[in-house]
Amino acid sequence: MSHNFSFINSWISSGSRLLDLGCGDGALLADLTSVHHIRGYGLEIDPDSIANCIARGVNVIEQDLNKGLDNFADNSFDTVVMTQALQAMRYPHLVLDEMLRIGSECIITFPNFGSWRTRAYLAFRGRMPVTKQLAYQWYDTPNIHFFTYRDFEALCQERNINVMHRKFIAPQFPDNLLKNLWPNLFTETAVYHLSR
Amino acid sequence: MLNHSLEVSSKNLGLVSPQKVLIEKPLTLACGVVLLTHELVFETYGTLNSDKSNAILICHALSGDHHAAGFYKGDSKPGWWDHYIGPGKAMDSDRFFIVSVNNIGSCFGSSGPTSINPVTGSVWGADFPSLRARDWVESQKLLMEHLDIDCWAAVIGGSLGGMQAMRWSLEYPDKLLNAVVIASSMKLSAQNIAFNEIARRAITSDPAFCDGNYIQQGKAPLHGLALARMIGHVTYLSDEALGKKFGRELASGDFVDSTEEPIEFQIESYLNYQGDKFSSNFDANSYILITKMLDYFDLSREYNNNPVAAFGHAQCKFLLISFSSDWRFPPKRSQEITDALVTAGKDVSYAAIDSNQGHDAFLLPNDRYQATLRKYLSRVADQLEFAQ
Repeated sequence: MSHNFSFINSWISSGSRLLDLGCGDGALLADLTSVHHIRGYGLEIDPDSIANCIARGVNVIEQDLNKGLDNFADNSFDTVVMTQALQAMRYPHLVLDEMLRIGSECIITFPNFGSWRTRAYLAFRGRMPVTKQLAYQWYDTPNIHFFTYRDFEALCQERNINVMHRKFIAPQFPDNLLKNLWPNLFTETAVYHLSR
Repeated sequence: MLNHSLEVSSKNLGLVSPQKVLIEKPLTLACGVVLLTHELVFETYGTLNSDKSNAILICHALSGDHHAAGFYKGDSKPGWWDHYIGPGKAMDSDRFFIVSVNNIGSCFGSSGPTSINPVTGSVWGADFPSLRARDWVESQKLLMEHLDIDCWAAVIGGSLGGMQAMRWSLEYPDKLLNAVVIASSMKLSAQNIAFNEIARRAITSDPAFCDGNYIQQGKAPLHGLALARMIGHVTYLSDEALGKKFGRELASGDFVDSTEEPIEFQIESYLNYQGDKFSSNFDANSYILITKMLDYFDLSREYNNNPVAAFGHAQCKFLLISFSSDWRFPPKRSQEITDALVTAGKDVSYAAIDSNQGHDAFLLPNDRYQATLRKYLSRVADQLEFAQ
């Protein structure tokens, strides 16, 4: 992730236990560990990412999120994080439930499929969007669920999930300026801080 | 097996030679017996740095010995973990001082059933006291003191070796910075114990076993020990690996032309060869002793059978590694260790390596296994060198 997620820092308290689902190369965990002295663990299945985590000294555990998180007890973490992976889960709503079972809070980021770029791609080219953020063809994409932040809000409401904070990110000009007027159109990445 | 698939270096340690030390401090075993003195044979690779912080302890498994890497003069085969130990290798002898010891109760020169009981002046044989993994740890601790090492940079082992590494983390939490636990388990399953008991029965059923006093009677239960090893050997390999290596190929005979030569599958010939080779250089009493040590091992028995409570005592960081086709200590066992460590709030990483080599994978070349170990240990070395 190239965006600056430093605002997440204020959502995490020092020394907390944090679980990062799909932690990639461990950059976020490494940052949070040095800033907040968290006790962090990442789950990952990609061998190269795991190797990178090990090389930078981040706790990483090889585990397939789609096979469940039964090995983690209720409320065993303060915060469970998932960045840019919800759309790749087989059952995102169940993963969300699991995250809020294991952690008292969770932080989740996902690509907003309602942004004007993806809408325009589909509207004018008539093809499924292939963007910098969603850089796959429809047949080989790991991103098997496309949803907008409003879809996500509806899901949270349905499942009685409390939205503590939300943050919309649009890295480009002029999107970043227009984002406050039409968030669903100009948000590329949505970030949510949730609790039960 | 060639190590052509391994990146970096085909360098090895070259000629190595073992050392022997008489430990003159008494060693109280878990069974209550006190060994007033005991001998240990060991090898070291690399150089101990000035603040003695770069030492790694290698813990061997059931049939291992102190000769983990390099060559003996005249030998064509290197030590048992040579793929992973040496200059530029995952356990890098250019950066670490690596200590590999033959543990007591084994039969390669350290005190064990084939050595002389200093109290009676005759061979121990079946009278060598019963052992636990913690006894190996205690003995290794005495060797550590002899070498004037205060803290291991890492304690590393596969299988029973991993059990020792875990035991180290609980018994001497401040004496190691890292525990690398490979293809191991917190305790044996009923199936594991079953295979061990079949192996022991094979040995004790050999008429030459003589209730364990075969050395005194000038005999050797070679047949029983070979059979025990053949059983064990099958459990260390995977169905796929055996199928790939041998399939249904014949070593002799023929199904088409009925010749007078009897039919022998290659796997039969291979297993018989392995069994005979093993029984000619391992001791039957040692095999019984160490398989029982495996059966008795239970990491959290004294912690109310609670692995989280057990690991609550550990202070080191952990690296866990498992292999997909290992059915002796399958990935599930390593996952259990990892889960307990996470719940206990300890630093742990876990890599589940894809391999078709079964339990033996921990000894064999594998790019991902090697890279994982290398990355983990080179970070350890970086930190030590930075602190110096």
